[in-house]
Amino acid sequence: MAQSNELQTGLYKRALLAGLWEQNPTFRLLIGMCPPLAVTTAVKPALTMGLSVIFVLVCSNFVTSLMRNLLKPHLRIIMFTLNIATFVTICDLYLRAYLPRMSEILGAYVPLIIVNCIIIFRCEACASKCGLMVSILDAIGMGLGFTIALCILASIRELLATGCIFDLRVMPRGFVPWLAMQMPVGAFVTLGLLLGLASVLTRKKRS
Amino acid sequence: MDRVYVLLMGFLSVVLVNNFVFTKFLGTCPYLGVSGRIDSAFGMGLAVTFVTALSGTLTWLVDYYILTPLGLEITRYICYIVIIAGAVQLVEMYVRKFFPSLYDAFGIFLPLISTNCVILAICLFLDIWGTDNLLEVVVLSTGVGAGFAVAICIMAGIREELIMADVPAGFQGAPITLITAGILTLAFMGFAGMIK
Repeated sequence: MAQSNELQTGLYKRALLAGLWEQNPTFRLLIGMCPPLAVTTAVKPALTMGLSVIFVLVCSNFVTSLMRNLLKPHLRIIMFTLNIATFVTICDLYLRAYLPRMSEILGAYVPLIIVNCIIIFRCEACASKCGLMVSILDAIGMGLGFTIALCILASIRELLATGCIFDLRVMPRGFVPWLAMQMPVGAFVTLGLLLGLASVLTRKKRS
Repeated sequence: MDRVYVLLMGFLSVVLVNNFVFTKFLGTCPYLGVSGRIDSAFGMGLAVTFVTALSGTLTWLVDYYILTPLGLEITRYICYIVIIAGAVQLVEMYVRKFFPSLYDAFGIFLPLISTNCVILAICLFLDIWGTDNLLEVVVLSTGVGAGFAVAICIMAGIREELIMADVPAGFQGAPITLITAGILTLAFMGFAGMIK
């Protein structure tokens, strides 16, 4: 009994930690790449986006896990998507009501969470096969990994583009802002360099 | 004549100036993941153009004539998803039945398309832009698809050359592709002053 309990805890821990680095959706799996590029001009929208994704991911994994025995193979994807669309609608309405400013900045990227591959991928790979607890922990881990990646990227871009982080002045007065960082170029190049750094680090660790 | 001019400018604007891939980062997954073969990229681009044109028009019609008059805007996203999935399925069945050779050419891409962000994005952006005339909707949604096709074909062409390049070990694969995409975006910024 004690042994099975330990096994269970190990399983939970693995589900929670996998998303943070080993299977980090942005840095390792390279899925759901549009929000990391689009909403990372500043930290605030990036954080809002990350939290919205965590909410949608947890809810949709929860529901998918509950209905996993009822899924028909050929209707599975549409079931996932409808389920996700419902939670995204809730999230969008919430943002519009309580954070209208953020909702304006994020614009169409909130409804676009519906087609974000991370969520469908987790529904398909984890929630439709695992129990309730594992699915929820997995969703939290993946969502956190995604949020952290988003925030790292956003803080680099905001720092270089405006000299501030979270609207707090960090750079000295003489700092010349890099306007390119706020443009699409900055997004692509910064993410490219970060991915390169990540792969160099993993190589070093391995050897 | 004035009308044609407006439509033409709108088309050029979504293909070159406001290209969804370069300025709005939509459809980056297939854009970065595309294999280094131009012909398959072209097939994918063609399939996406077809589906964006179809689903953009259909969702606009449903939104304009059914959802807005009935005050059902809350269900918009769910309806869009159902329409897109239905359109993709329909196209797939139709092409398989009547154009088997075409089906072999881009059949495998069709199911993937329903989760391509470009398709849902055009439905959402038509609403944000406040387009209120059917002809404009058709032209804009075709243009967005064409813009995606242009972007993905250029990328495939560059990747063909990139295989030969001597890239540092850590930067092979995705990192160098992203940096290349960044430089390509810089090039497309040159179009920015062309149209308002």
